[in-house]
Order: sequence, then structure tokens, then C-alpha cells
Amino acid sequence: MTSQTPSRRPRSRARRRLGSSVRLLAALALAGFLYTAFAPGLAAQDQPLSPTAAEGEELYQRNCISCHGRNADGVEDRGPSLVGVGEAAVEFQVSTGRMPMTRQEAQAQAKPPKWQGEELERNVAALSAYIQELGGGPQMPAGTDLAESAEGAVARGGELYRINCSSCHAYSGGGGALSSGASAPSLAEATDRQIYAAMLSGPQNMPVFGDNQLTPEEKAEVIAFIQHLQEDGDPGGVFNLGRFGPTTEGLAIFLVGIVAVVFATLWIAGKS
Amino acid sequence: MTITVRPSALKRRRQQLRDMPAATGRGLDDRLQLASPGLRTLLNKVFPDHWSFLLGEIALWSFVMLLLTGTFLALFFDPSMEEVTYNGSYTALSGVEMSRAYESTLTLSFDVRGGLLIRQMHHWSALLFLAAIVVHFLRIFFTGAYRKPREINYLIGVAMFWLAFLLGFTGYTLPDDALSGSGLRIAHAIILSIPVLGTWTASALFDGDFPGTAIMPRVFILHVFLLPLALLGLITAHLLIMFKQMHTQWPGAGRSNRNVVGERFFPRYISKQTSFLLIVFGVIAALGGLFQINPVWLFGPYKAAVVSVATQPDWYVLFLEGSTRLFPSWEIRFPLFGEHFTIPTLFWPGVVLPGILTTLVVAYPFYEARKLKDKQIHNLLQRPRDVPVRTGLGAMGVTFWLVLTLSGANDVIASTFDISLNATTWAGRIGAVVLPPLAYWVTHRVCLGLQQHDRQVLSHGVETGILRRRPDGGFMEVHQPLGPTDPHGHGELEYTGAPVPKKMNRLGALAPATRGFLAPVERPSTPPTEPPTPNGYEGTEVAGTDQSR
Ligand code: HEC
Ligand code: HEC
Ligand code: HEM
Repeated sequence: MTSQTPSRRPRSRARRRLGSSVRLLAALALAGFLYTAFAPGLAAQDQPLSPTAAEGEELYQRNCISCHGRNADGVEDRGPSLVGVGEAAVEFQVSTGRMPMTRQEAQAQAKPPKWQGEELERNVAALSAYIQELGGGPQMPAGTDLAESAEGAVARGGELYRINCSSCHAYSGGGGALSSGASAPSLAEATDRQIYAAMLSGPQNMPVFGDNQLTPEEKAEVIAFIQHLQEDGDPGGVFNLGRFGPTTEGLAIFLVGIVAVVFATLWIAGKS
Repeated sequence: MTITVRPSALKRRRQQLRDMPAATGRGLDDRLQLASPGLRTLLNKVFPDHWSFLLGEIALWSFVMLLLTGTFLALFFDPSMEEVTYNGSYTALSGVEMSRAYESTLTLSFDVRGGLLIRQMHHWSALLFLAAIVVHFLRIFFTGAYRKPREINYLIGVAMFWLAFLLGFTGYTLPDDALSGSGLRIAHAIILSIPVLGTWTASALFDGDFPGTAIMPRVFILHVFLLPLALLGLITAHLLIMFKQMHTQWPGAGRSNRNVVGERFFPRYISKQTSFLLIVFGVIAALGGLFQINPVWLFGPYKAAVVSVATQPDWYVLFLEGSTRLFPSWEIRFPLFGEHFTIPTLFWPGVVLPGILTTLVVAYPFYEARKLKDKQIHNLLQRPRDVPVRTGLGAMGVTFWLVLTLSGANDVIASTFDISLNATTWAGRIGAVVLPPLAYWVTHRVCLGLQQHDRQVLSHGVETGILRRRPDGGFMEVHQPLGPTDPHGHGELEYTGAPVPKKMNRLGALAPATRGFLAPVERPSTPPTEPPTPNGYEGTEVAGTDQSR
């Protein structure tokens, strides 16, 4: 966050010092007050965590606390607050392997998740429940095939995709570079739940597509279209050239086309 | 019904059959007087044989392929901009509103038998056509083939490149998908950026605002009629002039500025060309069948609201995309006659830069001739190393073009190799300024080094790999002189512009070596009927020599 402080009239140094220490004291007092007022309150909200969430809390304390803080309220320079991000964000981050993050980087990279198979599922559910019960936020629907309701609406999903998503993820879902070193990943491997969670939580540079931007029905259609992209099977040939479009096609015409034909010229001209 | 054929009749029939070619020929000749000395000269015309002389043919045969496949496409394609609702067999677009042009491309791809294959072959031929033109041009430039008397053909070549460029761009536009629509939009913006003329030209071309409904039928006529016709005319002129002036050749044994050494037009050259045509067709068919190209069904119909990352034009347009990405946004405003004019940024990288590049390419032969005060006829080519300045300038141009082309795809490069997009942009900006002079310097040095090595071998002979111990205990390598030597043991051969043999088996001093296709094939058995010759340093019998120029 870069908020600009409006310029003020110049003041004397001493007064500035005095002013800032008074403010610091006041802030400390306020913080102390707020802490005593709310922190016990959080724990003593006295809605005991559900068993799943309790399991999640334990996992959280083992894997996440170092960066996201004791009550998921964030640690400066390490990780943001998770209060209110909701289970969608947790599911997205943990199931794509982005969290727990292993090293500090500009954009947490997707990697093989920390847990596998059923354990992953259970732990995601537990962590999600914990964060959800802690601060609320966007919630995920149940099930693994989230495009079921959009049967036959792939085309509409395609239109929504091209208007909302292709500017970052490319027509073919191959992803692309955004400015300042960020990039939008390929959607080739994304599962229905990950796509849904990504739309709900808007990780990193991706905007949040809340239910008033894209209704759950429309989300299902978008997912149906991405499924189609993943399964399209490239009717045009054995090699789809990474679906990068003209760039790799241009590379191919030189590396395959011109090379093949120039070999032919060498062969023919050498023949006598 | 039975027919009894007497043996003598059978024999006569057979005889007749045997005489048929001769009889047909005689019959034709009686009527058309074909067997003139002219035909004989034509059939005996000699073409020099070198692989690099076939690069132009790649372009020729891919053009033929374009005409064939394009005609097929034109049977099914409809350039209309009328809005229709798709309900073909590609379900992922069912019910989507689109132009008839896009719909007919989808139909062509999914509901016409063989349509997708032909579409892909057409597009691959287009890419191959332009690639061949560029490679052919590089051959012409680096060997000095454009020198007098061939300047006209050089200029025709440059014109053909731009026609092919437009032909490709208009073709790319036709399907009216989201990708080509973005391309057309940029073309529209580039036209608009031309001072004074731009606005008028754009609205005349598009019949109003972008995109309108008039543009696609116009692009279609350009693409399938006007541009191919113009190109066909220029290709014909190009070939006729080449035929008249005869082909250049590499310097070598028995070759001079006044003759051509090579193979006769008929039957050798013709049969080789036919097989080459079939190979080029085969490569295009394989590309079209194996490699997916321009999957327009993924892009969707063109809508102004739709954008995508990794939006690129075909590779031959990429250098212009790159120049617009690299160029800083300088917009010039100035008052004139009480009005305010603006020259948009796009004008410089989109119009001025290609203008300058073309001017440089067109002017170079004349500049070179003038600088060297060279008014002679040149039928012998030059090895790139023998003209370091030209080769260096060429390397400089190629480097500049490469930097621009890569920058045109910098977002794809950035995301593929995980580099920041801003970093690639700055790398392109710096590279476009720094790398070309560097390329010039390096190439120039390399040329001089190669020249020096040629002279060295001519004077001291080829390294044999045999070490001999001198009386004083030191070692020296035995060198095999290439020809007669003077009393000091230095070779007396002059450099003639032909490759100097640098390995023993190129000399025929060891076993006769046949140059294989991928690796040298050594066949150390029977002595060859014709002594293998180091090119240009011994006299040889040659298959055909045309002394007529
Ligand atoms: C090494 C430090 C680190 C660890 C460990 C870590 N995180 Fe994070 N987390 C971050 C950082 C930094 C970000 C913000 C950057 C980003 O999203 O790429 C983040 C973002 C998140 C977000 C997204 C927040 C939002 O606003 O959408 C969630 C959810 C999350 N982490 C959950 C977890 C969970 C659950 C764990 C434990 C399993 C965990 N994190 C472990 C550093 C960490
Ligand atoms: C402004 C650019 C932008 C837009 C628009 C956008 N995304 Fe993203 N998307 C991103 C970025 C950046 C990430 C990577 C986030 C991260 O690494 O934390 C991402 C990640 C994702 C992922 C996770 C992929 C994986 O497996 O790692 C999915 C799924 C996804 N987006 C779907 C969508 C969908 C569906 C839409 C359209 C409704 C969309 N995105 C629109 C920028 C965008
Ligand atoms: C000679 C040079 C030519 C070049 C460089 C060229 C290039 C192209 C390109 C790049 C496309 C886009 C293909 C695609 O949709 O993927 C195209 C489409 C097309 N071309 Fe050509 N072409 C040439 C000649 C011709 C000729 C001679 C004809 C017809 C007589 C023709 C007819 C068509 C048609 C109808 C289409 C649209 C079909 C479609 O959308 O797939 N072309 N051309």
C-alpha cells in the first residue's frame, strides 16, 4: 500500500519530534487497549471450533503460523492477514501447492502440494474450516465437478472466458506475462475447484470475481469452457506447438519447414 | 464375340506402339514447327548446380501450393460480415453470434471433408513462402548476386516480398477471429497515424469507421485476386529475366564471367526440379497434417471487448510488432496553418521504420557499385568472407531484424522463460541499438580471419597431421602443397574466389572421398573415373558449358 501523505506546512524539528512521540505513545496505548478488548474476545467468542476446524488450527500452527501470525492476523513482511479471506482462498492456495510457501518470492509459485491424495483433501478441508470459522469470507460449493450444472453451456462459458479471463490467461488458457515480473499461469492443470476458488479469491494480480460479477451459474459455465480447453485434443494435428499461436508457428516454419527443405536442396544438388 | 488376331497383325501393332512417341513428335512438329534451333537452345540451357540456388525454388513451389490450396478454400469461404448464429459441429461455439466470414472458416475446418488439412497446408505454405523469400534474399545479398546486370531482378524481389507480406496479412485477416481482428485493428491504427493522408485513406479503405462491414470483402478481393495476380506477374518477370541473364555461378574450375557450367535444362535440370517440387509439397503436407496452425476456433469471433495476452501476428509481421513495442511513446504535436496536428507514436515504428529499412535494402546495390566505381558485368558470385564490409552490414541488418522480431514476441518469451516483461522490453531497446554494430564488428573480423587462413593454406599447403622431428629435436607438421611451389616451398596458386581445400581428403591425396549427405562417405576402393578435384584448382571436364554469355 502506498498512500501519499498530503503535504503539510513545515514545522520546527522539535515540534515534529514531540508530535511524533506523542502519536507513538497514543498508538501504543490504543493498540494495547484494542488488544485487551478484542484478542481475548476472539478466543472467548466462545463459539468453540468445530472438530474439523480444530484439526485445522493444529495444522495451521504447525505450517502457517510463522508467516501468517498467531491469530492469522498476519506478520509484517512475511505474510498477509488471513482474517476474512475465506475458505476459497485457503483451498486455492493449499491445493495448488502455493501454500505453505517455502521461500519469500514476489509471487508464490504453484508447486506439488505439501500433502498428497486424501491427506491433502482432509487437510485442505481442515485448514479451510479453520480460516472460515475464524473470520468468514467467500465459501466454496461442494463437489468436484463444478461444471455439472453448465452442461451444454460451454459456448456461453467461452464468451465469458474471452471477456473476463483471456486478457491474462490467453485464448488458449496457456497463460502469459503481465507487467512488472508477474505472470498468469497456464490453466492446463487446474481442477474445477481450483478454478472456482481462484475466481472467488482473486489471488495476487488476479481480480476477484465475486458472485455479483460472475454468478455461480456463470462460474460453472466458465469452468465448463476451461474443461473444454483442457480436453480439446487439438483437431489440427499431433503437435499443437504449445498453443502459443504465431510465435511458435514462426519458430516451427524455420526449425522444421526450412530445415527440411534445405536438407532436400543439399541432397538434390549433391546428386548427379 | 471372338476376335482372332493373326500373329503378323500383333507384331505390327507392337511396332506401331513402339513408334508412337516418334510419330507423335513428328506429327506435332509438322504442325507447329517445334524443332527449331530455338527449342534446342532452350532445352540445352545450362543451369549451375548448387544447393543455395534452390532457395528461390522453395518460394516458387510454395507459391504454387498456395494457389492450389487457396483455390480450394475460396470455394467454401464467404467474406461476408453479416451476423449469424453458429450451429455447426464445433459445439464449444454453438449459438455464438459471429460474422459469416468466421462461421465459414469454422465450417471449412470442421464440416468440409479435408478442409482443416487444406486450411493448415495453406497457412503453412504461406509461412514457408515468406521464409523462403527471406532466406533466398539473404543468399542473394551475401553472395553479391544483385550486382550488375541483375539489379532489376533484385528490385523485383524486394517488391515481391512486400506483396507476399500483404498477401499473408490479408489472408491472416480473412477468418475474422479475435486474433486477426486485433491485427486488423493495429493495421487500421497504423494507417491512421500517417499524417494528412491517414484519416482519409483509412476511411476510404474501411468505408467509414473500424471495422465496418465493407472491409472484409475488399480484403478478400485483394487476397484472392489482385495481390496473387500482381505477384504472379512479378514472378513471371523475375523468372524470364533470370532465364535471359542466366544464373550466376560460384567461381571454380572452368567457370568464368562469360560462361555457365552446370546441367542442361532438359532432362537433368527439369527432372531435379520436379522432384524438388514434390519434396516441397510433401513437406507442406506433412506440416499441415501434423502441426496445428492458427486454431481460430480457440480464439472466438472478433469482438472489440476481447483481448488476450500473447496476441501476435504471423512471424513475418513480428518485426513491426516488435518495433511498436520497443519504441518509446513520443507523440508529436505542432500547430500548422492555425490547426493542430499530431503525429501519433505509431507512425515512427509502423510506417517510418519499414520505409527506412526498405529504402536501405533497395539502395544498397547502387550505393555499393558507386562506391567501388564498379560498372562491370558480374556473373560470378563472391564468397561472403571476401567482402567483409558487405557481409558485416548484412549481419548488422539481420541482427537488428532479429531483435525486433524477438521483441514482438517478448510476452511469450517472458512467460516461457520466467523473465519480467519489462526486462525483456529494455533488453530489446538496448539490444536494438548495441547488438547490430557488435554483429558488424564480429562478422568483419571473422571474414578477415577466414580470408587469411585461405591465403595461408594456398601458400603453405594443407595440414597433413603428420609430425616430423627436425634434426634440432623440434617437431614440425608436414604440409601438403596444393600445387607447384617456388624454391622456398611456398605455393604459387593465386586465390580465385573459390573454396580452398583444407583437409587432405578434399584433395584426393588420401582416398577418394565422396561428400555424403550428412557426413562424408569415404569409399577408399576403386580409383574414380574422374579425378576428384579441389574446386577451382585443376581443370575438369564439366557436364555442360554454355559459352553464350
Ligand atoms: C514462508 C511464509 C508463508 C508460509 C509458511 C505460509 N504462507 Fe500463506 N502467504 C504468504 C505470503 C507472502 C502470501 C502473499 C503472497 C501471495 O499470495 O503470493 C500468502 C498468502 C496466503 C493466502 C492468500 C491470502 C489472500 O489474501 O488471498 C492464503 C489463503 C494463505 N497464504 C494460506 C496459507 C496457509 C493455509 C499456510 C499453511 C499451510 C500458509 N499460507 C503458509 C506466506 C506464507
Ligand atoms: C488481471 C489478470 C487476470 C485475470 C483477468 C484472470 N486471472 Fe486468473 N490468475 C492471474 C494470476 C496473476 C494468477 C496467479 C496467482 C498466483 O500465482 O497466486 C492467476 C491464477 C489463476 C488460476 C490458478 C492456476 C493454477 O493452477 O495455478 C486459475 C484457475 C485462474 N487464474 C482462473 C481464472 C479465471 C477462470 C479467470 C476469468 C474469470 C481469470 N483467472 C482471470 C491473473 C488473472
Ligand atoms: C500467394 C500467396 C498467398 C498467401 C501468402 C496466403 C496466405 C493466407 C493466410 C495466412 C491465410 C489465413 C489462413 C487461416 O485461416 O489459417 C489465408 C487464408 C485464405 N486464403 Fe490465402 N494466401 C495466398 C494465396 C491465396 C490464393 C491464390 C487464394 C485463392 C485463390 C487464397 C485463398 C484464401 C482463402 C479463401 C482464405 C481464407 C480461408 C480460411 O479462413 O481458412 N489464398 N491465406
